[in-house]
Amino acid sequence: MENFIQQLINGLSLGSIYALIALGYTMVYGIIKLINFAHGEIYMVGAFIGYTTINVFHLGLIPSLIISMLLCAALGALIERIAYKPLRNATRVAALITAIGVSFLLQNGMIYLVGPQVRAFPQVITKKVYSLGSIQVNQTQITIFATTVILMLALQFIVKKTKMGKAMRAVSTDADAARLMGINVDNVISFTFILGSALAGAAGVLVGMYYNSIDPMMGVAPGLKAFIAAVLGGIGIIPGALFGGFTIGIVETLISGYGSSLVKDAIVYLILIVILIVKPTGLLGKNTKEKV
Amino acid sequence: MKKLVVGLAALAVFATACGAKGNADDADTIKIGGNFELTGPVSAYGTAESNGAKLAIKEINEAGGVLEKQLKYVELDNKSDTTESASIATKLATQEKVSVIVGPATSGTTKSATPSVTRAKVAMITPSGTDDSLTLDDQGKVQPYVFRTGFQDSFQGVALADFATDHLDSKKAVIIGDSSSDYAIGLTKAFKDSYEGEIVADENFTADDTDFNAILTRIKGKDFDVIYMPAYYEQAGLIIKQAREMGIEQPILGADGFSNQALLDLAGEENVSNVYYSAHFSLNNEEKNIQDFIKAYKEEYKTEPDAFSALAYDSVYLAKQGIVEADSSDPEEVAKALEKITDFQGVTGNFSIDENHNPVKSVFVIELQKGEEAGGTEVAPK
Amino acid sequence: MKQFNKTNLGWLIFIAVAFLLIQFGVSSGLIDAFYEITLMTILINIILATGLNLIIGFSGQFSLGHAGFMAIGAYCTGIMTIKLPTIVGLLAGLLLGIIVASVVALIVGIPTLRLKGDYLAIATLGVAEIIRIAILNMGSLTNGAAGLSGIPYLTTWQLAFIFVVVSLIVIVNYIKSSAGRATVAIREDEIAAESMGINTTKFKTIAFVIGAATAAVAGGLHASYFSVIRPADFTFMKSIDILIIVVFGGLGSVTGSVVAAIVLGIINVFLQPFGQLRMILYSVALIAIMIFKPSGLFGSKEFTISDLLNRKKKATSKTPKQKEEVK
Repeated sequence: MENFIQQLINGLSLGSIYALIALGYTMVYGIIKLINFAHGEIYMVGAFIGYTTINVFHLGLIPSLIISMLLCAALGALIERIAYKPLRNATRVAALITAIGVSFLLQNGMIYLVGPQVRAFPQVITKKVYSLGSIQVNQTQITIFATTVILMLALQFIVKKTKMGKAMRAVSTDADAARLMGINVDNVISFTFILGSALAGAAGVLVGMYYNSIDPMMGVAPGLKAFIAAVLGGIGIIPGALFGGFTIGIVETLISGYGSSLVKDAIVYLILIVILIVKPTGLLGKNTKEKV
Repeated sequence: MKKLVVGLAALAVFATACGAKGNADDADTIKIGGNFELTGPVSAYGTAESNGAKLAIKEINEAGGVLEKQLKYVELDNKSDTTESASIATKLATQEKVSVIVGPATSGTTKSATPSVTRAKVAMITPSGTDDSLTLDDQGKVQPYVFRTGFQDSFQGVALADFATDHLDSKKAVIIGDSSSDYAIGLTKAFKDSYEGEIVADENFTADDTDFNAILTRIKGKDFDVIYMPAYYEQAGLIIKQAREMGIEQPILGADGFSNQALLDLAGEENVSNVYYSAHFSLNNEEKNIQDFIKAYKEEYKTEPDAFSALAYDSVYLAKQGIVEADSSDPEEVAKALEKITDFQGVTGNFSIDENHNPVKSVFVIELQKGEEAGGTEVAPK
Repeated sequence: MKQFNKTNLGWLIFIAVAFLLIQFGVSSGLIDAFYEITLMTILINIILATGLNLIIGFSGQFSLGHAGFMAIGAYCTGIMTIKLPTIVGLLAGLLLGIIVASVVALIVGIPTLRLKGDYLAIATLGVAEIIRIAILNMGSLTNGAAGLSGIPYLTTWQLAFIFVVVSLIVIVNYIKSSAGRATVAIREDEIAAESMGINTTKFKTIAFVIGAATAAVAGGLHASYFSVIRPADFTFMKSIDILIIVVFGGLGSVTGSVVAAIVLGIINVFLQPFGQLRMILYSVALIAIMIFKPSGLFGSKEFTISDLLNRKKKATSKTPKQKEEVK
């Protein structure tokens, strides 16, 4: 039993990392229906910015986190303006390929600039471990979990209660109608990218600190998993990202812990496919009627 | 249409740039090819090897070259991709007309380049391809143009199994291996076949993973006295950290994939105790050639060399010795000379090339305590 | 092929000329061993891209799982030819690959093709990953992560060329058949198509199965030419590579896919000497192409012999622009 609870905790902490990255994915998808494959790479860049600010400029965790979020937000806005905006009226697949291009560019640009080796992330906070019997939770796990939940709530607040959030929802429902209503659609989309990228920056620093390891390819696997989490929870729905992330994290951990870790990814995909077939818009998704 | 023209113009610039590169005067140089993973998933190993190879080429040229000619190093990127590796191996062998090829870093890319170099009759020295079957074809006959400077899996796995029994007195082992890497699978198989004790659990992860808490929690309750961990330093460092933080204190035994400073950085030095791994060389080794290599490498790249760069460095020197003993830069002559090398002195050990094109050298198991090298045990080939 | 008309004759001559040109290049030494590998890669990519284009460009179903079917073909051919290293073994392996890939595509296709757009994309991606993980865990049959090596070298470029022509004929004829027109109607408007009495699931599945079968052929050719296959060769990134060719050529243009495969193959050769810079240049080029020509080289238009013959007549009457949105 203790073992099971420990595995659940492991699953939640892994899941909160997926959820943290998935939040940004889901925001961007919700507004322009683009699978922003470069999101995982922004997360990677965020981790490297954190690494630099802590290692080179000797800043603490909080200033590093803020700087990383700001720079990532700027990067996200830049990418949106240069690469995605010209494609807003092109096919979805063309936009997707552009996103993949941006993702390749960031990966290989970083390999070119800093080399492909892994680096150890500087340890800025001391690791406290809380134990109850044989069950252990450490400080960073709690930090990441709490950050994910708080950010989710904050996003939910922005989207539901603020004027900008109202504009975002309008753009996501019908961009043309929103423009007719006097909403500056370009600004709303940029704002979404800024928000999503800032989240990715924060995730990069936190995860870099948690696992103590960063490299230019680090965004690929969690990026894909986070995207799956977002789809599983219902893409475009903010609590869905959290829910999907936790689900995948826990499923993966339980399979590794009690089944065979060899098949954990296969089972995650299988669950995803089954859920999509049963409920095509994801666990928390609303079914929309098809219009002729 | 205008855009198409611009695109074509850009292509034309590439074309001329490449054309210009190909036409260097070859009369007074000997070409060595490099086929490395400079981009893609395993680019960390390929880049380290590329650095080691370049350093060796530079030193040889500064010392006057080979056969009174300067070496010219032609390096292409195989993108960590088997198709691309076959393609550039052919390019190096047939178009660049190199005398010998160094690389690639992994078994898969080496295997896919084998038909290319065999058809072109150019020797290829892989620094770190460890799969036993690399130098042998499926009938068990030796591949005439494939050589290596690293350990083959069966040799290293067996040596580590012996070490686990003889020096660590272990009776029960847990294996934590990388199921997505042929390196780990080969080492796991060799270990399982010859370990005398009982294998309590065989856990797997994939190279994408960073969170190992699930499998560690699972083995934590089990009764065992050694963890055998055939993995590269990127994951091994994280597993050691997570295991030690969780309170798993048993000795950890790894292979040459541990041999990188990043292992200590990732795990945190305080966590790296009771860790043993088989190495090609030790940074603390007093031998002059090793210290010279470490110093030169640090000056060139501002970082300490790892096993990959040391093996690639040796591979270039092995190629050089092949050219010297063949007294010719003709690829076929070089390949023949490489087969006969008996007294190669490198930073990863002094060795001969055996009839299966593997180096005959002993495994040196390094012990780490608090992140420091605390001793070494030589395990000679049986 | 109802009648042997001028158009078909034109294509026949075109194919024969292309074949003879390559044959001349090879026998004169202009196409050396290195360019032959490039040629093989291009030929294999043509099969992959046209097959995927049938799924994405013509039936409008967004699949990200092409590499999975390629893996099935590669492993079937690899296992078969290692046991039976003759041309018969190769053909048997390719056939086996086609059958297995088609069956898998059928089993997967019927439930998942109900999904729309990105949901389908993620589901097919999942299928490909499941196939890959299954191969990784099949023990001595597939040899796990190390993959199969020493697959007999049985494919020549002539054989690959024949398979390219055959798969192009199959795909083009399907598109021009009544079933193909029904498939295109689904792409244009699924609900309208359904209300016209088209069994949408059936035609979507047919397109998906044909695409999967051609991918298996390409995988088989790949295995028997490059002699080494690993699960790591058939990841999500491979599917993306194929998708890039399709989009670059133009969704819904078979000739576009062919030209794109050739152009990207040549670009790869030119970029090879750039080392780490290569992937940066490649990604910048990819972004630039998409920004300036998002519909790809050919859009949804085809290069056709009859256009060439009737060019003057056509100059006055332009075909209306086709809608190419993938929903």
